[in-house]
Amino acid sequence: MAFQSPERMSPALLVRFARRRLAPNRADLMTLFLIAGLAVLIAHGAQQMGRPLSQLSMAPVSLDIARLPGYAVLTTLRMFVALFFSLLFTFVAATLAAKSHKAELVIIPALDILQSVPVLGFLTFTVTFFMGLFPGQELGVEAAAIFAIFTAQAWNMAFSFYQSLKTLPGDLDEAARQFGLSPWRRFWRLELPFATPALVWNTMMSMSGAWFFVVASEAITVGKTSVALPGIGSWLAVATNRGDTRAVIWAVGAMAVVILLYDQLLFRPIVAWADKFRFEQTASQDPPTSWFYDLLRHMRLLPRLFRSVPNTLTHLPPLPRAMIRTPRPLDPRLSRALDWLWLGVVILGAIGGAWLVVRYVGETLKPHDVIQALGYGVLTLIRVLVLIAIASLIWVPIGVWIGLRPVWTERIQPVAQFFAAFPANVLFPIAVGVIVALHLSPDIWLSPLMILGTQWYILFNVIAGASVLPTDLKEAASIFHVRRWQWWRDVALPGIFPYYVTGALTASGGSWNASIVAEVVNWNHTKVEAAGLGSYIADATTNGDYPRVALGIAVMSVFVILLNRILWRPLYGFAARRLRLD
Amino acid sequence: MTLAEAPVREDVNLVEVRKLRHIYGKGGGGHLVVLDDVDLTLKTNEIVGLLGRSGSGKSTLLRAISGLIRPTEGTVMVRDAPGDDTAHGVAMVFQSFALFPWLTVLQNVELGLEAKGVPADERRKRAIDAIDLIGLDGFETAYPKELSGGMRQRVGLARALVVQPAILLMDEPFSALDVLTAETLRTDLLDLWCEGRMPIRSILMVTHNIEEAVLMCDRILVFASNPGHIIAEIKVDLPQPRKRLDPAFRALVDDIYARMTAKPANQPVREGAFPGMGIGMALTHISTNTLAGMMESLSQPPYSGKAELPTLASELQLEADELLPIAETLQLMRFAEIEGRMIRLTPAGKRYAVAEVDARKQLFAQHLLTYVPLAAHIRRVLDDRASHQAPARRFRDELEDFMSEDYAEETLAAVVGWGRYAEVFAYREAADLFSLEDPG
Repeated sequence: MAFQSPERMSPALLVRFARRRLAPNRADLMTLFLIAGLAVLIAHGAQQMGRPLSQLSMAPVSLDIARLPGYAVLTTLRMFVALFFSLLFTFVAATLAAKSHKAELVIIPALDILQSVPVLGFLTFTVTFFMGLFPGQELGVEAAAIFAIFTAQAWNMAFSFYQSLKTLPGDLDEAARQFGLSPWRRFWRLELPFATPALVWNTMMSMSGAWFFVVASEAITVGKTSVALPGIGSWLAVATNRGDTRAVIWAVGAMAVVILLYDQLLFRPIVAWADKFRFEQTASQDPPTSWFYDLLRHMRLLPRLFRSVPNTLTHLPPLPRAMIRTPRPLDPRLSRALDWLWLGVVILGAIGGAWLVVRYVGETLKPHDVIQALGYGVLTLIRVLVLIAIASLIWVPIGVWIGLRPVWTERIQPVAQFFAAFPANVLFPIAVGVIVALHLSPDIWLSPLMILGTQWYILFNVIAGASVLPTDLKEAASIFHVRRWQWWRDVALPGIFPYYVTGALTASGGSWNASIVAEVVNWNHTKVEAAGLGSYIADATTNGDYPRVALGIAVMSVFVILLNRILWRPLYGFAARRLRLD
Repeated sequence: MTLAEAPVREDVNLVEVRKLRHIYGKGGGGHLVVLDDVDLTLKTNEIVGLLGRSGSGKSTLLRAISGLIRPTEGTVMVRDAPGDDTAHGVAMVFQSFALFPWLTVLQNVELGLEAKGVPADERRKRAIDAIDLIGLDGFETAYPKELSGGMRQRVGLARALVVQPAILLMDEPFSALDVLTAETLRTDLLDLWCEGRMPIRSILMVTHNIEEAVLMCDRILVFASNPGHIIAEIKVDLPQPRKRLDPAFRALVDDIYARMTAKPANQPVREGAFPGMGIGMALTHISTNTLAGMMESLSQPPYSGKAELPTLASELQLEADELLPIAETLQLMRFAEIEGRMIRLTPAGKRYAVAEVDARKQLFAQHLLTYVPLAAHIRRVLDDRASHQAPARRFRDELEDFMSEDYAEETLAAVVGWGRYAEVFAYREAADLFSLEDPG
């Protein structure tokens, strides 16, 4: 999106000040250097990606510190390429779903399922597919890695955009139609701005989630094929295999720097800028700030250069008046009949797909394999539930304590969000070292790794919930001397519950995904493994046993979807019905 | 009319609406006729008000004229003014202002011009002119969230005027504003209109405020609901500026009150708050506190049991469409009766007003079960069942045979509120269940 000039002056004044105002100032220079530096990095990375695969095996990933910044850039580049495709997908799929009832029937359930299935498990298939697409080229593996990251980013972004489109304020929609805004201008003037705050938030969440997949997707072993793309993920894989603690720590540091950089240089400015799109008619109490955004706003020269961009966007012919009238609707019976017909086609397609999977899996696997996978599923389910319970017991009281103290909230909240963005899998090897050294049972002690990265969602959601607890409720509770257990039961827990459910749902989904990398961990040629569905899928992937991978994913998807439907959905509904604070 | 000194233009019908009928709702079963058989003609140089209670379809009519919705039946013709007139088409001012919070005042005003493809320079010039005209200079770079309600509606007005519409449509433009701000805006708008400084030819405005309509309009169309139709057309010949205390002004307001409360003679089968209609009668959810408060007010001096509705409305600071449902609910339960613009407490109403809490509840329960068929029906079902329980779904379904989903929801909510107060039955929201049990 183009920059908006912060000042708007009459043309005469602009001419008078033109000379002085057009001279570049310090902010211009600093930004220019930053942008130029970025361009060089991107060019360097793009050059790397086009190389043939043979060159990759000739120059394997080395643990040379000097190479680490380059690896970090490549990894970040992959993430942003994936983000670009995620945004593209978001705009196309969500818009289609919001505007066409028939597309909606397919896209929305599909998004719902894709959001909750373990995307890590798909790596096996996508790597094979993309390597076939670009045989002998690094680009194939790159595409597979980028696709893996994409699958971690796209769904919730598309969902958020779809929900925004479906909840456009009625009066703004009428105003836009009444003035005859064309679909193109309507998108820029109404739909995108309205959706921006939610989309920005979801994009940040997606980037956090994606780190986890970067680490898992850069160094891939599928059967006999083993590829390591240059990047932080591969660096970590190599370091882990060699048991090089120092290299792991370096990688952790590099990752922290990258996360910090794009948070400060990209997301914070965007959040600060997006604050003006919040659909509230009152100014926000405590608007988000960003030093880099302030810097950008103080530039003199660059906004002038970008000034022409929005103008070209808006120079489009107006819509003929006839078109703003809503088209005469189809006969409702006919329209419903068409819906049913379409639904029938979709259901048939789904049945066909399921049949293909069953046939594929059934060729090599017997019913007892399914029972075995289900058994492993139960084991992992127990782990997820117990871990969520333990994490809740720890973080809910702490989160409430922090949330009720604004000073602490301000300090801790960004840290909790940073931890959520940090890919916990880089720390797995260290934990494994401890398990091996102390001869602990992996079935129990590997489990906490599953929630290592996802518990923060519970923490920062609870903090957010506690910090918006209405003051009058808190005051009433203190006047009537509501204390201890009664205070938790009647004040704190109901108040934070909707937020807690959001956090726990995210943590639970993430833990399922994490189980694929957390139930089997290698450290210094030692393999530590816990029995569960995650290790089942991971082992099948390493062995190139496609039917078992497919079976594992299918079983895990069923577990995740059932858990969502049986546990989290009803809790959400309950929170929305009974515990709303408005 | 003060426009006598303005250049005399040919009298042209700017808008012609013929036999308009609009139906909202799902196919099959419950649907709602919002507008039925509506004719309307808007000529040049007039302000026409559409006056009626909420749900009488006046906003729907406005949207049909603006092209935002397509009516189920009937025709809407919008004509451009003839000759070298620059004004054409319609523009709308919204009750909620409908400003884009991410655009500045200037960008909001430019929106319509931008959509028309007006070049940037001309766009800017015309927008600034409109902003000056409407008294917003100095606010060009402000965002809507920085403005007060009155200033926001000025932006809405400037945004509509800048596209030079022949007809300005206004949907309750002042009802989201406080009394003082609304008055200022009305006066400013009337001044601009009378001085002929706006590019528009006519104004069509929706309102539920009788005084506002009499203050501003040359012609008032009074709407009744279920289904929405025009029951009266009133010409207002008072010279501008009009004074609220002028006896002729008061007489007109009183007359319109009487028309809005008049029982329909020619339409025996309608869903509406009228006695003796069976369980398919739509009810308005009025709190028992409000009902009690109204009976107390009426029983005390200066009313002593009877009052004129317009007087009552202004003394209690209620709009007509707030007061009338209360009055009609009291009438339905035989606590009061309405005749013309008079409301009179019945003996039961007078007894209620002076009774203690328990006696009040008993009296209310008795009247509820006698005069509200739906309440009696629910109670009967609960008595008949061994479990003394019944799902609310069942009654909702029954209601939806007679009315739309929204009306059924409101009707059920009304009965739940009254039934809980009178302790004739209990309702648990979580289980969506009616029962006879007392909360233990």
